[in-house]
Amino acid sequence: MTTFPAQGREYSLRMEELEPGHAVFFISGRLALKELNNFIADAYRILKDKFPARLDINLAGITSLDSAGALALLQLQEDFASGSASVEFHDATTQIKGILDLLHERADHTPALVPQRKTPLILERIGEASLHLRHDFVEIMSFAGELLIALTDSLLRPKTIRWRDVLFYTKRAGVDGLPIVGLISLLMGLIMAFMASLQLKLFGANVYVASLLAVAMVKELGPIMTAILVAGRSGSAFAAEIGTMIVNDEVNALKTMGFEPTRFLAVPKVLATILVVPLLTIFADVFAILGGLLVGLGLDLTVYTYIQQTRTSIDVSDILTSLLKSAVFAVLIAGIGCQRGFQVSGGAESVGASATSAVVSAIFLIIVADSAFAIIFHYVG
Amino acid sequence: MGEQLQNEPLITVENLTTGYDSAAILENVNFQVHRGEILMVLGGSGCGKSTLLKHVIGLLKPQGGRIIVNGTDITAADADALRQVQKKIGVLFQADALFGSMTIFENISLPLYEYTDLSPQMIQRIVKMKLTLVNLAGYENHMPEELSGGMRKRAAIARAMALDPVLLFFDEPWAGLDPMLAAELDVLIKRINAAMGTTIVIITQELASIFSVAQRVIMLDKSERGIIAQGDPRELRAHATDPRVVNYFQRAVLCENEGEK
Repeated sequence: MTTFPAQGREYSLRMEELEPGHAVFFISGRLALKELNNFIADAYRILKDKFPARLDINLAGITSLDSAGALALLQLQEDFASGSASVEFHDATTQIKGILDLLHERADHTPALVPQRKTPLILERIGEASLHLRHDFVEIMSFAGELLIALTDSLLRPKTIRWRDVLFYTKRAGVDGLPIVGLISLLMGLIMAFMASLQLKLFGANVYVASLLAVAMVKELGPIMTAILVAGRSGSAFAAEIGTMIVNDEVNALKTMGFEPTRFLAVPKVLATILVVPLLTIFADVFAILGGLLVGLGLDLTVYTYIQQTRTSIDVSDILTSLLKSAVFAVLIAGIGCQRGFQVSGGAESVGASATSAVVSAIFLIIVADSAFAIIFHYVG
Repeated sequence: MGEQLQNEPLITVENLTTGYDSAAILENVNFQVHRGEILMVLGGSGCGKSTLLKHVIGLLKPQGGRIIVNGTDITAADADALRQVQKKIGVLFQADALFGSMTIFENISLPLYEYTDLSPQMIQRIVKMKLTLVNLAGYENHMPEELSGGMRKRAAIARAMALDPVLLFFDEPWAGLDPMLAAELDVLIKRINAAMGTTIVIITQELASIFSVAQRVIMLDKSERGIIAQGDPRELRAHATDPRVVNYFQRAVLCENEGEK
């Protein structure tokens, strides 16, 4: 007879040999998930050395058994019942039988309906990504077409535009965005002017800090910085808003009420953004020049000289082209934001992904458009 | 002519076949919805109930077959014609689908402002009337998020009814309602049908309300990819032979008895 010292254990195990080759293994107490590893180790230690041809497992003493415990019992049976040896359960109460049956019947033997997804090979992934890219391109293009039709149609019949929504998004993207655009531009102006002055001071050319800053900000950085900030604040918000509406069936509700979602949801956002981004760009330019002015004052330039120098280095056409650029950026930001929103299918995770994608795609498109503008202005201007 | 139109079915679905990718969900489905009736479309999860609904309200185009709603074949209709049909129908989506950024008043008045030339005072009165009909009088200035699930559902019904549709679709209207609210909804559905003559189609897997609400039922089955039974629920209960139908109705009877206790 082998008993196992069950110190600190919730169960106890005992092996009793009835005749050579026939033994009974008594399990009693509580067999649960918490002590499963201990149980398996203990049981194997007892059974491993003297395993009989016929083993009866007596379950009469078990006071409580959970599904993990039952699984351990079945595992025991499967492991030792190989070959000629037989392992049987005896004296199980109805309750314990019930738990054992529950596992027996289905859990182990139902194959998965879909094979486990394999990590695709590199070639497969490249193919998938390319297909995805093509699909994405087609979707963006068809949405762009839809948006263009909706925009022209709305502008031809201004009464059909939801002006209240336009106003709302103007406030959201414009007024609410002004403080952060202003602050960041001011700081950028400060930094750029300071860094430039370190170099220009060597040549006694401090006064050109103003020119450098004015040209860089008005021509390039003002529109781009503003566009990137608006993409981060509003592009993502548009995508998330429309995406959530899709998840909640609100877009379907609009459709069944006979509304065109593009006209109803996208047009006001695009119009508001077109209105707001050029304005924010002007503010960004002004704040950056102010930042530069602060540094300039530290360099013993007078306010008058600084502004005079700024005025001579940029002209009206520079400002106009920068406004044109920012209007185009605005269309890209709002358009891609709405498109990503309409792309949502499924649940919350998809909404998050669409918001991220709206920002990333918008920034990418802004940079691409800016490069195109640089080339066009070079040849045209 | 008018008489003849009255006798025509409001919806005729002919040989509807649809699915995603290569897997068919519905194959050769045929049925009609008569004017003025309350029809329930029953069936377990994944049998294509919601897909069927999306086709009939024009959100999806089928792979094959025709769907004629109020005299227009919506599978062949262009966007404008489809919109004309959609103005005549109201849909209550499972997730109420109220516009979260608008008040209840704005939600309900939206189609009225868009499609009618009524004065704001008149629209206000219509909205108040619809809200009273669904027992939500006084809630016009609330935001959807300030209402409970059952109230939102009723507000969504009021919105679906804004243009006095001839046809109302309810997708799982009882989902997430406690038994008391569910019973109230039963009464409301019957009241709308009786008072305004609105044809009502309800997509559901709810058992409890079948006998109290439905005048006719259609039962879909996943493995058949189509209809396995249709008719008066009481007759189906008494005479059905298909074991799936018998089984379903036995449960429905149990549910009804539980409800009456």
